[in-house]
Amino acid sequence: MSSEPKISVSELKAYYGREQILMSVSMEIPPRMILGIIGPAGSGKTTFLRCLNRLNDLVPGFRTEGRIQLDGQDIYHPGFEAVGLRKRVGMLFALPVPLPKSIYENVVYGPRLSGIGDRNRLDQLVEASLKSAFIWDEVKDRLHSPAMRLSGGQQQRLCLARILAMEPEVILLDEPCSGLDPISTAKIEEALTILKERYTIILVTNNTKQAARVADQTAFFLMGSLIEHGPTQELFTVPRDSRTGDYITGRFG
Amino acid sequence: MKLLGERGVQRLLAGIAFSAISALLLIALFIIKEGLPFIIGYGPAKFLLASDWNPQLGRFGIWPMIVASVWVTLGAMLVGAPLGVACAAYLTEFVPRRVMGVVKPTIELLAGIPSVVYGFIGVMVLAPLIRSSLGGPGLSVLAGAAILGVMILPTIISISIDSIQAVPNSYREGSLALGATRWQTTYMVTIPAAKSGIIASIILGMGRAIGETMAVIMVAGNAVKIPGSPLDSVRTLTANIALEMGYATGRHREALFATGVVLLVIIMILNSLAGMAIRKRAAKR
Repeated sequence: MSSEPKISVSELKAYYGREQILMSVSMEIPPRMILGIIGPAGSGKTTFLRCLNRLNDLVPGFRTEGRIQLDGQDIYHPGFEAVGLRKRVGMLFALPVPLPKSIYENVVYGPRLSGIGDRNRLDQLVEASLKSAFIWDEVKDRLHSPAMRLSGGQQQRLCLARILAMEPEVILLDEPCSGLDPISTAKIEEALTILKERYTIILVTNNTKQAARVADQTAFFLMGSLIEHGPTQELFTVPRDSRTGDYITGRFG
Repeated sequence: MKLLGERGVQRLLAGIAFSAISALLLIALFIIKEGLPFIIGYGPAKFLLASDWNPQLGRFGIWPMIVASVWVTLGAMLVGAPLGVACAAYLTEFVPRRVMGVVKPTIELLAGIPSVVYGFIGVMVLAPLIRSSLGGPGLSVLAGAAILGVMILPTIISISIDSIQAVPNSYREGSLALGATRWQTTYMVTIPAAKSGIIASIILGMGRAIGETMAVIMVAGNAVKIPGSPLDSVRTLTANIALEMGYATGRHREALFATGVVLLVIIMILNSLAGMAIRKRAAKR
């Protein structure tokens, strides 16, 4: 872990109106690995994730204090553009949200926004990203049929492909497998373990076993605070904080 | 309540509800009964497609009026649809909810202005403006289209707003998370997703425009001829009925009822198209 952190968060506080959701979270996230974030419902993990691509900006009454740096740049600095940030930091949601367009159009949506219009280039991107998301074989013969007709698991992998097509630096995943069958879940996990060689991946999950399976580092959130953050092995075998141990072993949450 | 009892109340309400529907049915039946024999007797093709309307000489061709209604309505769509949809998109996607809470009722108030008042403004302001800047009589297709375009705005805006608001927020977030701006999200995702509701709003607006009478009589000029340009004066189907019903007798009167039948059929077609668009959206969910 000698390299510079990809993302560094210091004393991040977040509020919805008067309610404080995050209590001064500080964390350094190294590049090219998977960070798992676990914690009970309402612990602030999703809010934390949505701060990293500034998706919360759109929520009325939301504000933050503290600092988040991506490659050393403050992403909440007034001169920093949220739209450009979201091209570098992709996000996969709990429920798959394909746009009501064809499979092909879903994948090229991001690249088109960045101004890529060349047909060959787009075709290449579609094939490469669908392959990386482990869905190419299932959809290659019907790229122009509506994405809404895919199964839930396929839709979620399509959404992953859509993010990969933008060639981001960081991928945020918000409980991406909560609504999926075990086979689709396994495919997504497999994709993630390959993708971490190129991307920094942050995975929020309600399933502690999933974090144990795929994450290199794990962070445990409780009531808006970061309780513990360390290599997954250590956190799961010798947690420093008793609350972490209680949560992992299922004593609460 | 005791007097009627539960079942009595239920019957009473059913009776009231059905009397509302039966009023509609009776109107439709009455117009068809009065007008249809004339259409058949005179010859549908001659009635619809001949272009001389001269009741004194027994000539009843309503083609100029059909053309006029179509022109004025299409013109109103050109004015009202882009304005209305753009306004709805702006209000739902770019404005805080509080502002929306003030603006939307205000727009709906626009629907409450009597059509005579619209016509009045058309006659006093719009027609002279067209006459002096573009030429022609002023009272014209253009004036009618502009006034109707504004009159149908409330219909288009409020139904479009409802359908744009019904688009799940996850679509917007999905698009924004891919680095789209708000405007890109609006026109690439939100509006296409709300398409069927927006189309329905435009069709319903069209139905209002084609059926509007008072404002059109006041601003369109009422000359029975096929317009050569948007600056020509025209008489729509509705205007024809309203202008001549007062003194029409015999065949002339029947011909006006027959005009009503044509109008009724057009509006029924438009309404069922709107209904189909809305149902298509419901089926997709």
